[in-house]
Amino acid sequence: MRSGLVKQTAAGLRMLLLMTVLLGIAYPLVVWGVGQLPGLSAQAGGSIVTVDGKPVGSSLIGLNPVAKDPNNDPYFHTRPSATASDFSATDNTKLGLADNDAATSSPSNLSADNPVLVAQIKARKEAIAQREGVSPDQVPADAVTASGSGLDPAISPEYAKLQIARVARVTGLSVDQVTKIVADNTSGRGAGFLGEPGVNVQALNLAVQAAKH
Amino acid sequence: MSDTLAGLLQVALLLAALAAVYKPLGDYMARAYLSAKHWRVERALYKVVRVDAESDQRWSTYAYGVIGFSFVSVVLLYLLQRLQTVLPLGLGRPEINPATAFNTAISFVTNTNWQSYVPEQAYGHLVQMAGLTVQNFVSAAIGICVAVALIRGFMRAGTDRIGNLWVDLTRTVIRILLPISFVFAIVLIALGVVDSLSGGIAVTALDGSQHTIALAPTASQEAIKELGTNGGGIFNANSAHPFENPNSWTNIVEIFLLLVIPVSLTRTFGVMVADKKQGYTILSVMAFLWGGMLAVIWWAEAHPNGPAALLAGAGMEGKETRFGIPGSSLFADSTTGTSTGAVNAAHDSLSGLGGGGAMLNMLLSEISPGGTGTGIYSILVFAIVAVFLAGLMVGRTPEYLGKKLGRNEITMASIAMLAMPTLVLVLAGIAVVLPSTGAALTNGGAHGLSEVLYAYASASNNNGSAFGGLTVTNDWFESTLGVAMAFGRFIPILAVLCLAGGLAAQKKVPPSAGTLPTSGPLFASMVGGTVLLVAALTFVPALALAPIAEALS
Repeated sequence: MRSGLVKQTAAGLRMLLLMTVLLGIAYPLVVWGVGQLPGLSAQAGGSIVTVDGKPVGSSLIGLNPVAKDPNNDPYFHTRPSATASDFSATDNTKLGLADNDAATSSPSNLSADNPVLVAQIKARKEAIAQREGVSPDQVPADAVTASGSGLDPAISPEYAKLQIARVARVTGLSVDQVTKIVADNTSGRGAGFLGEPGVNVQALNLAVQAAKH
Repeated sequence: MSDTLAGLLQVALLLAALAAVYKPLGDYMARAYLSAKHWRVERALYKVVRVDAESDQRWSTYAYGVIGFSFVSVVLLYLLQRLQTVLPLGLGRPEINPATAFNTAISFVTNTNWQSYVPEQAYGHLVQMAGLTVQNFVSAAIGICVAVALIRGFMRAGTDRIGNLWVDLTRTVIRILLPISFVFAIVLIALGVVDSLSGGIAVTALDGSQHTIALAPTASQEAIKELGTNGGGIFNANSAHPFENPNSWTNIVEIFLLLVIPVSLTRTFGVMVADKKQGYTILSVMAFLWGGMLAVIWWAEAHPNGPAALLAGAGMEGKETRFGIPGSSLFADSTTGTSTGAVNAAHDSLSGLGGGGAMLNMLLSEISPGGTGTGIYSILVFAIVAVFLAGLMVGRTPEYLGKKLGRNEITMASIAMLAMPTLVLVLAGIAVVLPSTGAALTNGGAHGLSEVLYAYASASNNNGSAFGGLTVTNDWFESTLGVAMAFGRFIPILAVLCLAGGLAAQKKVPPSAGTLPTSGPLFASMVGGTVLLVAALTFVPALALAPIAEALS
């Protein structure tokens, strides 16, 4: 029995080393190589968006912009994030509405019966309602809940609509102009039925910036 | 279009895609294991590795191979992690402590892919590629090998041989997993998934702030992560991360990948035992449990009753906008029904009933449709027990697929069936009375108990998903979850291989008038009933205190 186990383990080691070369080196490098081909390289590289040749972010990653003057906030905002510098899962005053961190990724992991989460949602509703000049019951669910990744690139069309008036006022664009920008950057469900409609926040902010010039 | 209709069409598309490949893939896999011919590349590989591809092994030799291969896999993976600071492609990431390295090595070798670390900050690309990607392939392949050995036990008669592990392993990788993974890795890149050898890219966002966006060789691992029902994310947020799962198309592709092999293996089983109806019967049980639990999770997420979700207006905490409620529910059901454990939404933030549904999927022993190979062999164990129970009722020696189910068969089936519940209840029971556990919880009350119960259910079933609020980095959790993963994997495997050996040694019993037909709705409901009965008898008290209490409060 012992010789059988030793013999098979030795064969297993040789097999593992060969599989490591095949599956752990050759396979990922070939996939990577194919990913460098035209038509694939942009996605493989992280769908990086550039302005004037400089990378400003990825079209897939939601980075929440922070206004220099909170009372004159020209940006559309992403959802709350558990990666944000002002987030804590144990402190109900830390809401995750500030700048988030794409070097990591995380949900809040708070349960629906957790008093910290309940307090955070209440405070977020009030903070966002105040920022947008609306009543708290108009703030949609995605605006007050942290996303699964902490890097959600999209917000619901309702949350985008809520921010139009403020963005128009602060940037000097007309409400119609901003409404059109939101409509242009709203994507429906895949093939009409896959997933949910959403608005890419980074694309919105870049389009607003371009319209100002 | 209403949300519900869109969600139903999404499910319909998934089922249509699975139905389209069911026969071709199932038949192709059967041929891979029945064929006497080796491919040229396989022969070259056998030569390099110096194994005799023509030898047929006893069940014990086959088991030595599985244990030996897994043991050296753990050792190599442990060393790769511990040495990452001196090996190339470490990206300057920190030294991995022994407890985490041990836990991760067991986790990936057992096809669990439980993670107690933040990957984009902990591991460099060499560990990801040469360590974790390799185990994503071979741990999945080992599961399929064990299933094929068991099926051979039913096929063969009067022999003590059940096949050759090295041939089965090589064919599973070369003929099945590698080509499908390669194609889908490219498809995923085309749809937006990242695949980069860089560790990250520095950007200056439009508000002037500086950020680093983490990158990784994602697509190559993502494809086999789903196809092999592994589930370990190359990013911390797993398939919720936009680089792993950027849109609703990749979401449905990933769900398809994690279901396709476990589902098609029922066809492979039917072809190999030369009675395709046997495979359909098994599939119907899997599909019933998967569909039933999907309805529970989806309904619960669309009608949340937790105070936070009620205040927010919807159960969107921990979910991504692009997937929404239906896309997250479909993923949650499929990842826990298979032993994948990838997540596209935070399971800790699911509603009481939704999270309980995900947990129950695992506690049903991962058979709806289960992991690659593990799903089919686990449900065949339940089928054996169901035949035995039926035999007791009518007082005859039970038979399944022409084999008598005697003392050895029932003993091995019982061991395979009861290993997981024993591990879950004993280890979770000890964990909840330890003073250190309180500090490890993010959420209190009934949900806190759910976090602990979910962790041991996930580890013992080799699932790997988590209620992530439980901090599992203390020595107790790192070590006992490692033990749960190892025993939860290898006790059933050894029992199943022993069972295969015993079955192969028997002569075939021709069916008689008194033989219970094991295809059709009657037998399907007996197998399903056995599954539900065993789970109910073992887990109802624990579930009543945790997710059920939360759902009712």
